[in-house]
Amino acid sequence: MTHLLETKGLEIRFGGVVAADNISIQIDAGKNLAIIGPNGAGKTTFLNICTGWLKPAKGKVYFEGRDVTPLSPRQITRRGVARAFQIPQLFTEHTALENLLIAVAARDRLKNPIRALNDVQQRAEMMHLLDMISCTDVAHRQVDELSEGQRKLIDIAVALALKPKLLLMDEPTSGVASSEKFGVMEILDKALAEAEVTAVFVEHDMGIVEKYADEVAVWNMGKIEMRGTPEEVLAHPDVIRDVIGEVA
Amino acid sequence: MSIRIIIPIILLTLLALVPFLTPGLQILLTLALAKGIAVMGITVLLRSGQVSFGHALFFAVAAYGGAFTLMVIPGADLVVVFVFGITAAVLTGVAVGLFVARYRFIFFAMLNLAFSMIFWSILEKFYHYTGGADGMRLPRPTVFGMELERGPYELIMFYLALIMALGLGWFSMRWLESPTGQLFRTLKTNETRLQYLGMSPQRVMLTGYVLSALLCGVGGIIMGLVQGVVTPEYAFWVRSGEMVFIAVLGGAGSVPGALVGAAIYEIVRTYASAFAGDIWQMVLGTFLLIIILFAPGGIAGIYNSVMDRIAGKKEDGE
Repeated sequence: MTHLLETKGLEIRFGGVVAADNISIQIDAGKNLAIIGPNGAGKTTFLNICTGWLKPAKGKVYFEGRDVTPLSPRQITRRGVARAFQIPQLFTEHTALENLLIAVAARDRLKNPIRALNDVQQRAEMMHLLDMISCTDVAHRQVDELSEGQRKLIDIAVALALKPKLLLMDEPTSGVASSEKFGVMEILDKALAEAEVTAVFVEHDMGIVEKYADEVAVWNMGKIEMRGTPEEVLAHPDVIRDVIGEVA
Repeated sequence: MSIRIIIPIILLTLLALVPFLTPGLQILLTLALAKGIAVMGITVLLRSGQVSFGHALFFAVAAYGGAFTLMVIPGADLVVVFVFGITAAVLTGVAVGLFVARYRFIFFAMLNLAFSMIFWSILEKFYHYTGGADGMRLPRPTVFGMELERGPYELIMFYLALIMALGLGWFSMRWLESPTGQLFRTLKTNETRLQYLGMSPQRVMLTGYVLSALLCGVGGIIMGLVQGVVTPEYAFWVRSGEMVFIAVLGGAGSVPGALVGAAIYEIVRTYASAFAGDIWQMVLGTFLLIIILFAPGGIAGIYNSVMDRIAGKKEDGE
């Protein structure tokens, strides 16, 4: 069976720090995976390798059965892997809606290179996407005027506008007020389900992991220590000691 | 109709009537329009956050392209000269752009400068072909098969420059608002996201770069045809610096500002050199200093803030 994303024996070091040590993992369509682990465990490095930003010293990345290891982020994105960042990566001189319309123009490979960004159908499609993430009220505001939570959502919406098969999110709720975290994830969860996108997300909030992940993988010192359902993983004494930080 | 639209219409009408109202300004304004078109090329680049100190290269390539065309095909038609000159500029833009599109900021600016200075030295040294420092003549071409005297020819060149400036200005503004132009503008704010949209920043940069080369080429060929001679000075770094100067003066990133800035620059330069021959560069320098210190948005910024104030007063009155 072909997995949506599969890595085999990924290895990378930054000086003396091992950020990926024989990472092999399979991710199947329809199952949202949360990656947890202490800071410096190699979680973001894993996302960077999967999207082509970093090249592993050893190992391979397969997307839908095809080797994408040597490809650039641009090429991997075109195959259907989108990325949302810990620090939102947006076009700060543009409005929220324009950010999405630019993403659509890129997705459609500049089908209408000269026509202005005012295609009625595309605008309606993107307003629907903004509606899905409850951001229609900020559609015409420049993104650097928005709150961190709103920027996070727009960053994810930009990725969703590409209609990816797989979305890799780095701490989607970091920087969001704790009172808003579940609200943001609730919105995201619905948006991902409607767009039929499989998500892999790095997360530090175990409440969110428990509620929104189908599976959890625990990263430590560049290795996958454990993988299973949230119930299995979050109840494990080693995870409680090393990641959650409570005495078992 | 709002005052924001009425003022440009009045200015354009006055400009179109210059050959009849003040014929003495006709050549000056033709040269200003030619420079303004070239400066639009710099303006386009500025929208991606990049500045080039070598775009006089394309200005010169187009003018020399026109000169060579007229040398090989004596009495060639204006259209043919234009096509060859601009094609030369665009092809050079593609060739240089393929190399410089991967660089940014100071490296981008200096590499462009290097290319223009290489071309300048080729023009200076290969004098058997290029006429060296004396340059090459551009004898008056025929216009749609007609051989024209100086007066009608200059009149046609004035209106041609005006139409080209308006047409290319409109096209540049539209292009900057198009998906291609929007992607080009994102180079200024987030290249990482651009890659994660599946786009190549280098290719996006190349598209805008070639457009800027085309605009500089159009400016160069008009300038060459009006002056009747092209010299290596067309490619010299001072010319590139002058284009950046005008772009800042007009309002960095503003397409109409490029044209207005060029007109003001040419007028100030001409009259400053006539009435203050020894210190005209100082007059221009002071002028730019004042703009940068007190009106960083340039002429376009001043115009917009005045218009906003008028619109605000109107709303208050209502």
